[in-house]
Amino acid sequence: MMSWITETRWSPYVVGAAIGVLSWLTLLISNKPIGCSTTFARGAGMLEKIFRGKRVDQKLYYQEVPPIVDWQFMLVIGIVIGALISALLSGSFRFQVVPDTWFAAFGANRILRIIAGFIGGIFLGFGSRWADGCTSGHGISGTMQLAVSSWISAICFFIGGILAAFFLFSLIA
Amino acid sequence: MKTKSRDLIWGLIFGIAFGFLLQKGGVTSYDVIIGQLLLKDHTVLKIIFTAVVVGMLGIHLMRRLGWVDFKVKPGSWGKNAIGGLIFGVGFALLGYCPGTIAGAIGNGQLDALIGGLPGILLGSWLLATIYPKIRNGILAKGDFGDLTLPKLLKVNEWLVIIPLSIILVGIMLLL
Repeated sequence: MMSWITETRWSPYVVGAAIGVLSWLTLLISNKPIGCSTTFARGAGMLEKIFRGKRVDQKLYYQEVPPIVDWQFMLVIGIVIGALISALLSGSFRFQVVPDTWFAAFGANRILRIIAGFIGGIFLGFGSRWADGCTSGHGISGTMQLAVSSWISAICFFIGGILAAFFLFSLIA
Repeated sequence: MKTKSRDLIWGLIFGIAFGFLLQKGGVTSYDVIIGQLLLKDHTVLKIIFTAVVVGMLGIHLMRRLGWVDFKVKPGSWGKNAIGGLIFGVGFALLGYCPGTIAGAIGNGQLDALIGGLPGILLGSWLLATIYPKIRNGILAKGDFGDLTLPKLLKVNEWLVIIPLSIILVGIMLLL
Protein backbone atom coordinates (compact mmCIF):
# COMPACT_ATOMS: atom_id res chain seq x y z
CA MET A 1 0.00 0.00 0.00
CA MET A 2 2.93 2.31 0.69
CA SER A 3 4.58 1.69 -2.67
CA TRP A 4 4.18 5.35 -3.65
CA ILE A 5 6.80 6.26 -1.07
CA THR A 6 9.44 4.02 -2.67
CA GLU A 7 8.74 5.13 -6.23
CA THR A 8 11.64 6.86 -8.00
CA ARG A 9 9.56 9.63 -9.53
CA TRP A 10 6.20 11.21 -8.83
CA SER A 11 4.09 13.09 -11.34
CA PRO A 12 5.29 16.72 -11.56
CA TYR A 13 1.69 17.80 -10.98
CA VAL A 14 1.49 15.87 -7.69
CA VAL A 15 4.84 17.28 -6.58
CA GLY A 16 3.89 20.80 -7.65
CA ALA A 17 0.52 20.66 -5.86
CA ALA A 18 2.20 19.36 -2.69
CA ILE A 19 4.76 22.20 -2.83
CA GLY A 20 1.83 24.60 -3.24
CA VAL A 21 0.20 23.20 -0.09
CA LEU A 22 3.58 23.35 1.69
CA SER A 23 3.67 27.10 0.84
CA TRP A 24 0.32 27.55 2.61
CA LEU A 25 1.68 25.80 5.70
CA THR A 26 5.00 27.70 5.97
CA LEU A 27 3.12 30.99 5.76
CA LEU A 28 0.45 29.83 8.21
CA ILE A 29 2.68 28.14 10.80
CA SER A 30 6.03 29.95 10.47
CA ASN A 31 4.86 33.24 8.94
CA LYS A 32 7.55 32.77 6.26
CA PRO A 33 7.52 32.00 2.54
CA ILE A 34 9.79 29.22 1.21
CA GLY A 35 13.18 30.54 0.05
CA CYS A 36 16.77 29.28 -0.05
CA SER A 37 19.43 31.65 -1.35
CA THR A 38 19.73 34.02 1.64
CA THR A 39 21.08 31.03 3.56
CA PHE A 40 24.19 30.89 1.35
CA ALA A 41 24.90 34.57 2.04
CA ARG A 42 24.53 33.92 5.77
CA GLY A 43 26.78 30.86 5.43
CA ALA A 44 29.44 32.88 3.59
CA GLY A 45 29.31 35.46 6.39
CA MET A 46 29.81 32.71 9.00
CA LEU A 47 32.86 31.43 7.11
CA GLU A 48 34.26 34.96 6.81
CA LYS A 49 33.82 35.36 10.58
CA ILE A 50 36.18 32.42 11.14
CA PHE A 51 38.93 34.46 9.46
CA ARG A 52 38.00 38.05 10.26
CA GLY A 53 36.00 37.76 13.48
CA LYS A 54 33.48 40.34 14.62
CA ARG A 55 34.50 42.90 11.97
CA VAL A 56 32.23 40.96 9.58
CA ASP A 57 29.14 42.13 11.48
CA GLN A 58 30.03 45.70 10.52
CA LYS A 59 29.72 45.00 6.79
CA LEU A 60 26.61 46.75 5.49
CA TYR A 61 25.28 43.58 3.89
CA TYR A 62 25.57 41.56 7.10
CA GLN A 63 23.90 44.32 9.08
CA GLU A 64 20.88 43.75 6.83
CA VAL A 65 21.35 39.96 6.58
CA PRO A 66 23.05 38.79 9.82
CA PRO A 67 25.26 35.67 9.50
CA ILE A 68 23.16 33.50 11.81
CA VAL A 69 21.27 30.20 11.65
CA ASP A 70 17.62 31.09 11.11
CA TRP A 71 14.41 29.38 9.95
CA GLN A 72 15.48 29.35 6.28
CA PHE A 73 18.95 28.01 7.15
CA MET A 74 17.25 25.03 8.82
CA LEU A 75 14.97 24.68 5.79
CA VAL A 76 17.99 24.29 3.49
CA ILE A 77 19.55 21.68 5.84
CA GLY A 78 16.17 19.95 5.82
CA ILE A 79 16.21 19.81 2.01
CA VAL A 80 19.46 17.78 2.10
CA ILE A 81 17.92 15.35 4.61
CA GLY A 82 14.56 15.12 2.81
CA ALA A 83 16.18 14.45 -0.57
CA LEU A 84 18.46 11.84 1.04
CA ILE A 85 15.47 10.05 2.61
CA SER A 86 13.56 10.09 -0.68
CA ALA A 87 16.60 8.83 -2.64
CA LEU A 88 17.31 6.04 -0.12
CA LEU A 89 13.67 4.90 -0.04
CA SER A 90 13.54 4.61 -3.82
CA GLY A 91 17.06 3.19 -4.16
CA SER A 92 18.07 6.10 -6.42
CA PHE A 93 20.84 7.35 -4.12
CA ARG A 94 24.27 7.18 -5.74
CA PHE A 95 27.51 9.11 -5.65
CA GLN A 96 28.09 10.82 -8.99
CA VAL A 97 30.45 13.55 -10.19
CA VAL A 98 29.63 13.82 -13.90
CA PRO A 99 25.87 13.83 -14.70
CA ASP A 100 24.76 11.90 -17.82
CA THR A 101 23.83 14.93 -19.96
CA TRP A 102 27.14 16.62 -19.16
CA PHE A 103 28.99 13.37 -19.93
CA ALA A 104 27.30 13.10 -23.36
CA ALA A 105 28.29 16.66 -24.30
CA PHE A 106 31.62 17.27 -22.57
CA GLY A 107 33.01 13.85 -21.66
CA ALA A 108 34.06 12.09 -18.48
CA ASN A 109 36.56 14.64 -17.14
CA ARG A 110 35.59 15.09 -13.48
CA ILE A 111 37.78 18.14 -12.89
CA LEU A 112 36.18 19.96 -15.84
CA ARG A 113 32.70 19.29 -14.45
CA ILE A 114 33.67 20.44 -10.94
CA ILE A 115 35.27 23.64 -12.28
CA ALA A 116 32.19 24.41 -14.40
CA GLY A 117 29.99 23.77 -11.36
CA PHE A 118 32.18 26.04 -9.24
CA ILE A 119 32.05 28.90 -11.78
CA GLY A 120 28.32 28.35 -12.26
CA GLY A 121 27.92 28.46 -8.49
CA ILE A 122 29.70 31.84 -8.33
CA PHE A 123 27.26 33.29 -10.89
CA LEU A 124 24.33 31.67 -9.10
CA GLY A 125 25.28 32.96 -5.64
CA PHE A 126 26.15 36.41 -6.96
CA GLY A 127 23.01 36.64 -9.12
CA SER A 128 20.63 35.36 -6.47
CA ARG A 129 21.86 37.89 -3.94
CA TRP A 130 21.84 40.64 -6.60
CA ALA A 131 18.21 39.80 -7.41
CA ASP A 132 17.36 39.19 -3.72
CA GLY A 133 15.96 35.71 -4.32
CA CYS A 134 16.17 32.45 -6.25
CA THR A 135 13.97 29.91 -8.00
CA SER A 136 12.13 29.18 -4.75
CA GLY A 137 11.96 32.62 -3.09
CA HIS A 138 11.08 34.51 -6.26
CA GLY A 139 10.12 31.70 -8.65
CA ILE A 140 7.58 29.98 -6.41
CA SER A 141 6.85 32.03 -3.26
CA GLY A 142 7.08 35.51 -4.79
CA THR A 143 5.20 34.79 -8.01
CA MET A 144 2.28 33.27 -6.07
CA GLN A 145 2.08 36.47 -4.00
CA LEU A 146 1.90 38.26 -7.39
CA ALA A 147 5.00 40.34 -6.57
CA VAL A 148 6.25 42.26 -9.60
CA SER A 149 9.88 41.87 -8.37
CA SER A 150 9.46 38.09 -8.36
CA TRP A 151 7.82 37.83 -11.80
CA ILE A 152 10.62 39.87 -13.38
CA SER A 153 13.27 37.80 -11.56
CA ALA A 154 11.70 34.44 -12.40
CA ILE A 155 11.32 35.29 -16.09
CA CYS A 156 14.94 36.53 -16.21
CA PHE A 157 16.22 33.36 -14.45
CA PHE A 158 14.80 31.32 -17.32
CA ILE A 159 15.72 33.75 -20.14
CA GLY A 160 19.33 33.80 -18.88
CA GLY A 161 19.31 30.07 -18.21
CA ILE A 162 17.87 29.06 -21.59
CA LEU A 163 20.25 31.35 -23.53
CA ALA A 164 23.28 30.17 -21.56
CA ALA A 165 22.28 26.50 -21.85
CA PHE A 166 21.80 26.74 -25.63
CA PHE A 167 25.12 28.57 -25.96
CA LEU A 168 26.85 25.92 -23.85
CA PHE A 169 25.31 22.86 -25.48
CA SER A 170 24.96 24.05 -29.10
CA LEU A 171 28.06 26.15 -29.62
CA ILE A 172 30.65 24.73 -27.24
CA ALA A 173 29.79 21.03 -26.84
CA MET B 1 9.77 25.19 24.13
CA LYS B 2 11.17 28.62 23.35
CA THR B 3 9.71 30.36 20.31
CA LYS B 4 13.12 30.58 18.66
CA SER B 5 13.93 26.88 18.74
CA ARG B 6 10.35 25.99 17.79
CA ASP B 7 10.78 28.22 14.76
CA LEU B 8 14.02 26.44 13.79
CA ILE B 9 12.47 22.99 14.21
CA TRP B 10 9.56 23.94 11.94
CA GLY B 11 12.11 25.20 9.39
CA LEU B 12 13.81 21.80 9.47
CA ILE B 13 10.51 19.91 9.17
CA PHE B 14 9.36 22.02 6.21
CA GLY B 15 12.80 21.61 4.63
CA ILE B 16 12.66 17.82 4.91
CA ALA B 17 9.24 17.84 3.23
CA PHE B 18 10.45 20.22 0.52
CA GLY B 19 13.62 18.20 -0.15
CA PHE B 20 11.61 14.96 -0.28
CA LEU B 21 9.27 16.50 -2.86
CA LEU B 22 12.08 18.00 -4.96
CA GLN B 23 13.80 14.59 -5.14
CA LYS B 24 10.56 12.77 -5.98
CA GLY B 25 9.89 15.37 -8.66
CA GLY B 26 13.29 14.67 -10.24
CA VAL B 27 14.50 18.27 -10.01
CA THR B 28 17.47 17.41 -7.82
CA SER B 29 18.88 15.94 -11.03
CA TYR B 30 21.18 17.95 -13.31
CA ASP B 31 19.77 16.14 -16.34
CA VAL B 32 16.19 17.24 -15.59
CA ILE B 33 17.14 20.89 -15.00
CA ILE B 34 19.34 21.11 -18.12
CA GLY B 35 16.58 19.30 -20.04
CA GLN B 36 14.28 22.17 -19.07
CA LEU B 37 16.75 24.91 -20.02
CA LEU B 38 17.29 23.17 -23.39
CA LEU B 39 13.47 23.00 -23.72
CA LYS B 40 13.49 19.20 -24.08
CA ASP B 41 11.87 18.20 -20.77
CA HIS B 42 9.31 20.47 -19.09
CA THR B 43 9.27 18.82 -15.65
CA VAL B 44 10.63 21.95 -13.93
CA LEU B 45 7.96 24.25 -15.39
CA LYS B 46 5.19 21.75 -14.64
CA ILE B 47 6.23 21.62 -10.98
CA ILE B 48 6.64 25.39 -10.65
CA PHE B 49 3.39 26.24 -12.45
CA THR B 50 1.35 23.71 -10.43
CA ALA B 51 2.91 24.94 -7.19
CA VAL B 52 2.19 28.56 -8.10
CA VAL B 53 -1.46 27.90 -9.05
CA VAL B 54 -2.22 25.78 -5.94
CA GLY B 55 -0.18 28.05 -3.68
CA MET B 56 -1.65 31.26 -5.10
CA LEU B 57 -5.27 30.18 -4.65
CA GLY B 58 -4.63 29.04 -1.07
CA ILE B 59 -2.56 31.93 0.25
CA HIS B 60 -4.84 34.60 -1.21
CA LEU B 61 -7.87 32.88 0.28
CA MET B 62 -6.10 32.59 3.64
CA ARG B 63 -5.16 36.26 3.50
CA ARG B 64 -8.78 37.14 2.76
CA LEU B 65 -9.71 35.22 5.92
CA GLY B 66 -7.05 37.12 7.87
CA TRP B 67 -4.97 34.02 8.60
CA VAL B 68 -1.69 35.04 6.93
CA ASP B 69 0.34 38.10 5.96
CA PHE B 70 2.26 38.37 2.71
CA LYS B 71 5.99 39.04 2.40
CA VAL B 72 6.22 40.82 -0.95
CA LYS B 73 9.85 41.57 -1.80
CA PRO B 74 10.47 45.12 -2.95
CA GLY B 75 12.38 45.34 -6.21
CA SER B 76 13.72 47.32 -9.14
CA TRP B 77 14.64 46.65 -12.75
CA GLY B 78 18.34 47.00 -11.89
CA LYS B 79 18.01 44.46 -9.11
CA ASN B 80 15.62 41.85 -10.50
CA ALA B 81 16.28 41.90 -14.26
CA ILE B 82 20.09 42.10 -14.11
CA GLY B 83 20.37 39.80 -11.08
CA GLY B 84 17.97 37.38 -12.73
CA LEU B 85 20.04 37.17 -15.91
CA ILE B 86 23.30 36.64 -13.96
CA PHE B 87 21.51 33.93 -11.98
CA GLY B 88 20.42 32.31 -15.26
CA VAL B 89 24.01 31.95 -16.47
CA GLY B 90 24.91 30.19 -13.24
CA PHE B 91 21.75 28.07 -13.42
CA ALA B 92 22.83 26.73 -16.84
CA LEU B 93 26.52 26.20 -15.96
CA LEU B 94 25.89 24.51 -12.63
CA GLY B 95 22.58 22.84 -13.48
CA TYR B 96 21.13 23.32 -10.00
CA CYS B 97 19.61 26.30 -8.20
CA PRO B 98 20.17 27.20 -4.51
CA GLY B 99 17.32 24.94 -3.34
CA THR B 100 17.83 22.01 -5.67
CA ILE B 101 21.60 21.94 -5.03
CA ALA B 102 20.84 21.09 -1.40
CA GLY B 103 18.65 18.25 -2.70
CA ALA B 104 21.33 17.19 -5.19
CA ILE B 105 23.84 16.91 -2.34
CA GLY B 106 21.36 14.70 -0.45
CA ASN B 107 21.07 12.62 -3.62
CA GLY B 108 24.86 12.04 -3.67
CA GLN B 109 25.88 14.53 -6.38
CA LEU B 110 29.54 15.34 -5.73
CA ASP B 111 29.71 18.04 -8.45
CA ALA B 112 27.10 19.88 -6.34
CA LEU B 113 28.98 19.37 -3.07
CA ILE B 114 32.56 19.97 -4.25
CA GLY B 115 31.97 22.42 -7.14
CA GLY B 116 28.65 24.19 -6.84
CA LEU B 117 28.39 24.72 -3.08
CA PRO B 118 31.75 26.51 -2.61
CA GLY B 119 30.94 28.53 -5.75
CA ILE B 120 27.59 29.73 -4.41
CA LEU B 121 29.19 30.66 -1.08
CA LEU B 122 31.93 32.61 -2.88
CA GLY B 123 29.46 34.33 -5.23
CA SER B 124 27.20 35.33 -2.32
CA TRP B 125 30.23 36.62 -0.42
CA LEU B 126 31.36 38.68 -3.43
CA LEU B 127 27.96 40.36 -3.71
CA ALA B 128 27.87 41.01 0.06
CA THR B 129 31.31 42.59 -0.22
CA ILE B 130 30.53 44.95 -3.13
CA TYR B 131 27.01 45.64 -1.79
CA PRO B 132 27.76 49.14 -0.38
CA LYS B 133 28.99 50.21 -3.86
CA ILE B 134 25.85 49.11 -5.75
CA ARG B 135 23.10 49.48 -3.14
CA ASN B 136 22.08 53.01 -4.03
CA GLY B 137 23.29 52.78 -7.62
CA ILE B 138 22.38 50.00 -9.99
CA LEU B 139 20.29 48.07 -7.45
CA ALA B 140 18.03 51.13 -7.08
CA LYS B 141 17.63 51.77 -10.84
CA GLY B 142 13.97 51.62 -11.87
CA ASP B 143 12.76 51.04 -8.32
CA PHE B 144 9.10 50.04 -7.96
CA GLY B 145 9.00 49.02 -4.29
CA ASP B 146 6.69 46.23 -3.15
CA LEU B 147 4.44 46.50 -6.21
CA THR B 148 2.11 43.58 -6.99
CA LEU B 149 0.35 42.74 -10.25
CA PRO B 150 -3.15 43.69 -8.95
CA LYS B 151 -1.78 47.07 -7.75
CA LEU B 152 0.00 47.60 -11.07
CA LEU B 153 -3.16 46.80 -13.07
CA LYS B 154 -5.40 48.54 -10.50
CA VAL B 155 -7.81 45.60 -10.32
CA ASN B 156 -9.17 43.25 -7.68
CA GLU B 157 -6.62 40.49 -6.95
CA TRP B 158 -9.02 37.74 -8.09
CA LEU B 159 -9.17 39.35 -11.52
CA VAL B 160 -5.46 38.50 -11.75
CA ILE B 161 -5.50 35.17 -9.90
CA ILE B 162 -8.25 33.49 -11.92
CA PRO B 163 -7.06 34.43 -15.46
CA LEU B 164 -3.43 33.73 -14.49
CA SER B 165 -4.35 30.27 -13.13
CA ILE B 166 -6.17 29.50 -16.40
CA ILE B 167 -3.18 30.67 -18.46
CA LEU B 168 -0.69 28.61 -16.42
CA VAL B 169 -2.88 25.49 -16.61
CA GLY B 170 -3.35 26.13 -20.35
CA ILE B 171 0.42 26.33 -20.93
CA MET B 172 0.91 23.08 -18.97
CA LEU B 173 -1.67 21.32 -21.16
CA LEU B 174 0.29 22.39 -24.24
CA LEU B 175 3.74 21.40 -22.88
